[in-house]
Amino acid sequence: MKITDLFAEGKFVVSAEVGPPKGCHIESLLEEAKTCLRGVDAVNVTDNQSSVMRIGSLAVCKALKDEGLTPIFQLTCRDRNRIALQSDLLSAAMFGIENVLLLTGDHTKMGDHPQAKPVFDLDSVSLLHTVRQLEAGTDLGGNPLVGEPPSFAKGAVVSPCSDSVDAQLAKMERKVNAGAEYFQTQAVFEPEKFIRFMEKAKQFGKPVQLGVIIPKSAGMAKFMNNNVAGIHVPQEMIDELKADKEKAKAGITGVEIAARIIRECRPYCQGVHIMALGWEDKVPALLEQAGI
Amino acid sequence: MLITEMKSKEALLSLTEGKKVFLINCHGCREVFFPLEETEAFQKELKEAGQVTGTLTTDYICNPENLQLRLKPHTEEIASADVVLVFSCGVGVQTVAAQMEDKTVYAGCDTCRLPGFQGVTPLEYNCNQCGECYLNLTGGICPITACSKSLLNGQCGGSKDGKCEVNPQMECGWERIYRRLEEIGRLDALKCPTQIRSFATDDAVAK
Repeated sequence: MKITDLFAEGKFVVSAEVGPPKGCHIESLLEEAKTCLRGVDAVNVTDNQSSVMRIGSLAVCKALKDEGLTPIFQLTCRDRNRIALQSDLLSAAMFGIENVLLLTGDHTKMGDHPQAKPVFDLDSVSLLHTVRQLEAGTDLGGNPLVGEPPSFAKGAVVSPCSDSVDAQLAKMERKVNAGAEYFQTQAVFEPEKFIRFMEKAKQFGKPVQLGVIIPKSAGMAKFMNNNVAGIHVPQEMIDELKADKEKAKAGITGVEIAARIIRECRPYCQGVHIMALGWEDKVPALLEQAGI
Repeated sequence: MLITEMKSKEALLSLTEGKKVFLINCHGCREVFFPLEETEAFQKELKEAGQVTGTLTTDYICNPENLQLRLKPHTEEIASADVVLVFSCGVGVQTVAAQMEDKTVYAGCDTCRLPGFQGVTPLEYNCNQCGECYLNLTGGICPITACSKSLLNGQCGGSKDGKCEVNPQMECGWERIYRRLEEIGRLDALKCPTQIRSFATDDAVAK
């Protein structure tokens, strides 16, 4: 099922993210996805997230699909050139994977193999362009594909609380022009910034899913503030997490905060994308509290 | 060593159409191959069309102090021009752009790599000699050298407080480009078609 069909029906689309492990066993990931993420519309599988080497996104997408879930294949430009990217897209189509999220990817320097060669042969925009070309039956080299071409719901990302939001909007427009059909955002902790962003972004007429991270502790919030681009957790939320350490540790405070953000932003967007970062078991409670 | 090739006449005419132009030629490094005949023929046409406000033909415009000195006598000619068109390697174009904050500065040439002796071109400077100069789309700031990922189609999500997350000492190149385009009123340049870089080194397939 294509996620774009759900947007077309006017559904508030919920997706959640799973991070593949560093190893070749995914039983617990599948178990968690089956139990905690049953209620979501689609499950993103990250692609060597944060430039840390893990089992592949495509393989995990296939495994999730076999379990009856709808995977979103995340594909970054960091580790593959245009030949490998197109080849993996064809492989995804062969497995019946219909949703892709196309990103530039973090730099290799940010991960656990900082000596690796960063590829970036294409970037998020030219990768979207490439997918559209494959869908039209031709590869990027201009060579025809054999048989029915693939067809994907093409997603992209945008960072609405970035301190250079105008540059982000300009990039978003380029992604739309290159074929992006829906957007997932970087995690939002400042609903007012997100709402201001959406007022400008709605001109592109593409559905946007609010990005949500369940904050686990004051320490995690401060870490994100210092190290993660496009994320700023306001001081009052940090204080809230600090106030009752046991409650924060149990995830109750984090779920409350995340649910509040979703409720505030919901009228301005077309869905939500939850990055649980290991707290997949909190997703059902979050959705319930957010009233979804 | 490097080679400069003039961009196609059509590409240059699309930049100068209906505009007053100030021309800069750099005949600096003798190690650099400069497309003298083509540029002279093209510039003659522009002059005959009455579009040229002035011309500076000099050397080593990659040296900012030297450039400043050479530009001084042409201040008025530059002020009356809509665009400044520079025929030099990518280093020269960027040096000019950096000195003219409110002017649109265009590259007339592509800079290609030729391995071996580098002459006096300052290697640490910001031209990768990629063979297809993008400076005309980016306000005279090279996205290949100013961005850690050499992105051609805009900013990634990795800048924090204007700095690149890969190297906090480095300003986000695409934020610099965005601000520059905003200053010269050329944000429309960001609406250009999707750019895909060619990594081919063989002339026959490079373009």
